[in-house]
Amino acid sequence: MNAAAVSRRTLLKTAALGAAGAALNFGAASRALAAGDLTIGIVYVGARDDFGWNQAHAVAVKALKELPNVKVVEEENVPETDAVSKSMESMINLDGAGLILATSFGYYTPFVVDLAKKYPDTQFRHAAPLWNKDKDPKNAGSYFGYLNQAHYVNGVAAGLSTKSNKIGFIAAKPIASVLSNINSVLLGARSANPNATVQVIFTGDWSLPVREAEAANALVDAGCDVITCHVDGPKVAIEMAEKRGVMSCGHNASQAPLAPKGFITGAEYKWETIYKGYATDLAEGKSLPNFLAGGYEHDYVRNTPFGAGATEPAQKAALAAIDGLRAKKPIYVGPLKDNKAGKVVIDKTYDNLDPFLDKMDYLLEGVVGSTT
Amino acid sequence: MSDAPIASGASAGVVEIGRPRPASEVAMRLRANSEYVVIPVLALAIASGLFALFLLAVGKSPIDFVAYVWRGGFGTAFSLQNTLQRSAPLILTALAVAIPARIGLIMIGGEGALVLGGFAAAALAIPMIGRAPPLVALGLMSAAAIAVGALWVGLAGFLRYARGVNETISSLLLTYIGIAIMNFFVEGPLRDLSNPNKPSTKPIGDAYMVGKIPGTEVHWGFAVGLGLCVALYFLMARTTFGFAARVTGGNYRAALAQGLPVGRIIVACSAIAGGCAGLAGFFEVVAIQGRANASLAAGYGFTGILVSFLARHNPLVIPPVAILFGGIVASGGLIQRRMDLPDATVLVLQGFIFVVLLTSETLYGRFAIFRPAGERDRR
Repeated sequence: MNAAAVSRRTLLKTAALGAAGAALNFGAASRALAAGDLTIGIVYVGARDDFGWNQAHAVAVKALKELPNVKVVEEENVPETDAVSKSMESMINLDGAGLILATSFGYYTPFVVDLAKKYPDTQFRHAAPLWNKDKDPKNAGSYFGYLNQAHYVNGVAAGLSTKSNKIGFIAAKPIASVLSNINSVLLGARSANPNATVQVIFTGDWSLPVREAEAANALVDAGCDVITCHVDGPKVAIEMAEKRGVMSCGHNASQAPLAPKGFITGAEYKWETIYKGYATDLAEGKSLPNFLAGGYEHDYVRNTPFGAGATEPAQKAALAAIDGLRAKKPIYVGPLKDNKAGKVVIDKTYDNLDPFLDKMDYLLEGVVGSTT
Repeated sequence: MSDAPIASGASAGVVEIGRPRPASEVAMRLRANSEYVVIPVLALAIASGLFALFLLAVGKSPIDFVAYVWRGGFGTAFSLQNTLQRSAPLILTALAVAIPARIGLIMIGGEGALVLGGFAAAALAIPMIGRAPPLVALGLMSAAAIAVGALWVGLAGFLRYARGVNETISSLLLTYIGIAIMNFFVEGPLRDLSNPNKPSTKPIGDAYMVGKIPGTEVHWGFAVGLGLCVALYFLMARTTFGFAARVTGGNYRAALAQGLPVGRIIVACSAIAGGCAGLAGFFEVVAIQGRANASLAAGYGFTGILVSFLARHNPLVIPPVAILFGGIVASGGLIQRRMDLPDATVLVLQGFIFVVLLTSETLYGRFAIFRPAGERDRR
């Protein structure tokens, strides 16, 4: 009984000591970030190691951290609710962030826009082409990578690696950016192998691992010997392809470690080009660009180093395709027909960044599958 | 243990309002009630201790952790408001669990009622934009949100009473149906086509947005939640309806034998619960999102379950528990950023708190210290 009383008191004493220690530490906590000249805050909607969209940003942040006088604070799994505006505000108020990178689509309205109005001295950049120069605050802006260019390179390599001439594509939703990736894989594959086709399955949402696994199985069963995808986390699709003994091409970040036998290459964002550019501009006292968008010609995308699945000719052709894209060689060489009624949907040759292509709502002839 | 004089000293400064009582009686009541404060506080301390061990195991300083929780959740005016704002939806969704729990039902369908309530408010706003004055519109929107939420959870209550369907399962399944219904409309008939990449309803417009509580960054949902906690406590503790509900919860057959309208009580309590969650959805739309979309299903309904259990389903205890949770989540960001810990760290802490608090439930009535000498033999 006595022992119990003593231990309770000891407990209280320990707690009191802890509280006192904490109180002494507050000053240290608030000073901790004063050393760096620029603090950049970045919010992710999912986990930083998701083998997908968030990881692509986290990889760039790692590179950003190597810059002198730059401090990066990161927060993951932040939902698209007022939680994100509070997280960003906390980065500004408690960490002294001068630049906020908001990396999920749904962060923009109303959260980034409202916060940019509230904190005019802080810069906000958002990873989707949403900034409107007439309506939105000048301290906000957008950056975006045309990943379809890297998917085109995937297509070139896959077209020369496939034996069945069937490439399987697991897609989330039939929106423009996804459709452009599918069409680019087809055009890349056809440029190297005129017999190649792309078979697509839409799962209906960004993250449905079970359905993605089923889709991968169905595509392999249908004779596809290369699997690629556009979903939030490509992990399941790539792992399933490897398990079934077929080849795979990645999306968003590097999935090479997931498929040591069958990985060909993957379409990756290269956000560090943009992030380092922001940091350099701020360090030099320049104003940040409000709108950045591009692909290989601006060094905003890249392809994962070739895996065991890529044959020699595939590697050569892919590297040549990258050189072409750097020199702004167009992907969409018109006229091109859709895969439904054979209607001409792309009347002429368009530049890779032409806004006409952003409104894509069709699959090209050669793609097996439907948007509806 | 039994000789430790704890409660007797504390009563000296207390003055009871109302009819005067002998000092000893006040002391006795205080001593008995302090059990409900001391045990949860001790449980929190033990959970914190366990979590400190966890932090030491991964090579981080527990003292830093405490400092960041304080600074990120409570220590500055900004942090405190951050905490209060995050707690606002949790108060309402916790009520959605607490009220049915008082009649012995484990309803976990708050998420669905929140999503549908928010969706109903946003959908109703669309035809009114530019026509109805804001106060009328907001009144109708909140009524719609409450009604839809009440219908949704009330349905689970009705199934329980009329068909004997397990309310926990049915309310959970109704949540998924509710989210699917919202997605159907948001991606189909009510989709705002000017927003191609994130399916949403049309924005309700600035005129129909409710502002912050003056002088703060916290939206009105927080104040409404506090008010409802008090009102529903009064309803459950001080009215004949509440008494009948508690009897029903205590012994269903006895309540039936007494001729209490058990069916109506079950459906009414479920509907009140759904109404609270629907109201949370209303505030998510009119104070935060400005439109209905998949972001409404942010998990508040599920966190509310945790809050209600920790508050022992007592409406008056829900606000402090919700604020504690809000504070942990609010400081979670700072902890991630400064200590370079993954987001899951905060979930580990929540897990420790939940397990230890639930374990501590078994300790009530076991410490003689909380019962004055005369009362000890009675139990």
